[in-house]
Amino acid sequence: MNLHVTASPHVHSELTTARIMRDVLIALAPAALWAVVAFGANALLLMAVSVLAAVGTEYAVQRLTHRPVTVNDLSAAVTGLLVAMNVPASAPWWLVVVGSFFAIAIVKQCFGGLGHNFMNPALAARAMLLACWPSRMSGSAFTAPTFWSGVDAVSSATPLDLLKKGLVGDLPDVGSLLLGNIGGCLGEVSAVCLLLGLAYLLIRRVISWRIPVIYVATVAVMTFLFGGLDVMRTGVHLLSGGLLLGAIFMATDYTTSPLTAAGQVIFAVGCGVLTATIRLWGGYPEGVSYSILLMNVATPLIDRWVKPHVFGVERRRGKHA
Amino acid sequence: MAKNKYVSVFLNGIVHENPTFRLVLGMCPTLAVTTAGQNGVGMGLAATFVLVGSNVVISLLRKFIPDKVRIPAFIVVIAAFTTMVQLLMQAFLPALYDALGLFIPLIVVNCIILARAESFASKNPVGASAVDGLGMGLGFTLSLTLISIIRELLGAGTVFGISLFGESFEPAMMMILAPGGFITLGLVLGALNKLTSKS
Repeated sequence: MNLHVTASPHVHSELTTARIMRDVLIALAPAALWAVVAFGANALLLMAVSVLAAVGTEYAVQRLTHRPVTVNDLSAAVTGLLVAMNVPASAPWWLVVVGSFFAIAIVKQCFGGLGHNFMNPALAARAMLLACWPSRMSGSAFTAPTFWSGVDAVSSATPLDLLKKGLVGDLPDVGSLLLGNIGGCLGEVSAVCLLLGLAYLLIRRVISWRIPVIYVATVAVMTFLFGGLDVMRTGVHLLSGGLLLGAIFMATDYTTSPLTAAGQVIFAVGCGVLTATIRLWGGYPEGVSYSILLMNVATPLIDRWVKPHVFGVERRRGKHA
Repeated sequence: MAKNKYVSVFLNGIVHENPTFRLVLGMCPTLAVTTAGQNGVGMGLAATFVLVGSNVVISLLRKFIPDKVRIPAFIVVIAAFTTMVQLLMQAFLPALYDALGLFIPLIVVNCIILARAESFASKNPVGASAVDGLGMGLGFTLSLTLISIIRELLGAGTVFGISLFGESFEPAMMMILAPGGFITLGLVLGALNKLTSKS
């Protein structure tokens, strides 16, 4: 690479990959702690194993391919934690090991490592696990949090499952939705914890508000208009399922989301329309992961479409310019 | 022609110009039918039969076929052999016939066969063309078998229908679905390129 270093003075930036990733880990901490409180020791085991598997895979692949080992930038740890947050609490430990290996080895390192992956590694791992072991990743694999009931894990349909089946009477109340007393993946049940993470990331300026806010707003508008003009159902769509986890932590991945503000708006609206479409009219109760993955793949096209106008260069007018 | 010429033509199809891993031709059957070991072997051998037959006939006719209509002429010859394979398989191997389904008639448009007709059989004598068809066909068969064994092992826990891991193994269903085909092909292709690039 040919770097041109200008004459001093230089402005030193504190912004490093490790700092950003550390902030993401801190932002994920409330939801992770909540997963352990709500679902018990297996949640802690899954998250620990998943992070270890992701970091270990990153180390092994980089050593094997004779590239610099970059596990200290914490990006693999973030991916590992997100993989664990995307599985049900009943998942066996090997499920997150396979998921983290797939995320790091195939989706991230095979395409060139950090900054070169074409889709979000943790979400790709979730889609892979769902395709490989559907009975482990959906339906009766979801358990109710054991924190309140005190009994051992009983399988419990997610609120989105209930909506899909039309069992509106069984839907949880707003308090349960906000706190996370509902069935779901480890990291997605508590809306309050995820919103705390969002606030931290916004204050630290790790992410911009555009993608999470516009994504969630699009889902809100679509599920309200086409889901029966019902505020309660719209609330279930917003507060349960993977929407907040995906919108805050995965759709905002720098590598796989557009660079410009206009691009991010298109990306977020696209994610929202796809998510609402899958949830309302598709076969699956949940569509966040597929929506973000599809928009990840569209990101290079969006970036090209909204390429900023270069200052001082006149736009071509007609055929003569 | 010298004997070692035949050997090198034969090995060319299996190693140096392996249709799947070197020429990356015939991807449609490679991705679609390699869900179980016997499907891979069956598809490969069916294509080998068509390849040898069409190479021999096209080589025999190479001086009679006018240049301008050679592609339609090749296709007619290939389609004749494909029909033979389809009817034979339907009569004697009905289970394999059902498993491969649409992909048997699609051997007609398998680009390996047309490519060998165009680039080898139409320019070389009968003996060399037959050996070329055999080498290419077996190279295709070996590649399909390798991919299908990997996919069957991970996606169903079996090799040629024999269970390897016992009851507690939960197979990764995706490996016998379309994404597993693409992922396996890419990884095997990369690994073979790595292994052969140093020698």
